[in-house]
Amino acid sequence: MKNLEKVRLVFSETLKLPPDRIVDDLAYNSVQEWDSVAHMALVAALEEAFDFMFEIDDVLEMSSFAKAQEILKKYGVE
Amino acid sequence: MISLKDKVIYVTGASRGIGEAVAVLCAELGAEVILHASAESSLEAVKAEIEGITGTTPLCFAYECSEPAHIKEAFGAIKKHYGRLDAAVLNAGVMMTGMLGMIQEQHMERVLRVNLFSTIEHLQYAARVMRSANTGSIVCLGSIIGERGAAGATVYSASKAGVRGAALSAAKELAGSGIRVNVVAPGYIDTDLNAQHTPQQKAQYLERIPFGRMGEAKEVAALIAFLVSDASSYITAQVIGVDGGMTT
Repeated sequence: MKNLEKVRLVFSETLKLPPDRIVDDLAYNSVQEWDSVAHMALVAALEEAFDFMFEIDDVLEMSSFAKAQEILKKYGVE
Repeated sequence: MISLKDKVIYVTGASRGIGEAVAVLCAELGAEVILHASAESSLEAVKAEIEGITGTTPLCFAYECSEPAHIKEAFGAIKKHYGRLDAAVLNAGVMMTGMLGMIQEQHMERVLRVNLFSTIEHLQYAARVMRSANTGSIVCLGSIIGERGAAGATVYSASKAGVRGAALSAAKELAGSGIRVNVVAPGYIDTDLNAQHTPQQKAQYLERIPFGRMGEAKEVAALIAFLVSDASSYITAQVIGVDGGMTT
């Protein structure tokens, strides 16, 4: 599985949204499933899936699925 | 007897006093203990003691708690090495005293940075490592001074009262992830922290302790071992004193 698909799957499973709803425009707090509690669960799930630890600034800046992909590149996930 | 068999437990400020007692007791109870101190050389004695108990060399970290980047590195390394963290005992701290009218900004920054900011940063990373397992226990070291105040300890008491508030809030936030957070507030404990007290000061403290004696580090460690164990699985968001009745 390509990393982008793996990231999408992590988002889908953590936010409990179907994969086709995990699109670049999907933004933090734009749907009730992606609130602050889910955001921290998402951080943990991504760290677990790709074996790294986010910088705190990146946790705060991960404001959309597109932004998440951009941030994940910093950690070698692309 | 409590069992901590195979639990991975990180103890900060483990080179002496309460931290050392916690690390040794957890190792005796079967835990894989990870040690922290600001200087690696200061961990030699406790490392040797744990090697004697477990037959293996504990993982050690040496960093200043005032450096957040080092905190992240340590938790990253723990995650890589063990793949999990079952408990963290956030004990590292500094004690600096000064009368209210003589407190300098540097004093405030140092004490709040090490005692409060660093505790919050350790809480953040510990919770992140624990969250994927949906379980964990974090014990923060408060102080009776943070609960009741003490002359000459305005900044220290503020830092420890801050630890209490931070821990109680974190406990509420992390309960849904199965992570427990509690505060242990020691009273007058016989450690290096209190070694500079004059006989008169010591006598004044002892007068206020119904038990009439100082506590021992191992008496604080016993409570912490309980709180990191599964025996305390329904206990979170609590501040528990180990103070010989000083707060009563």
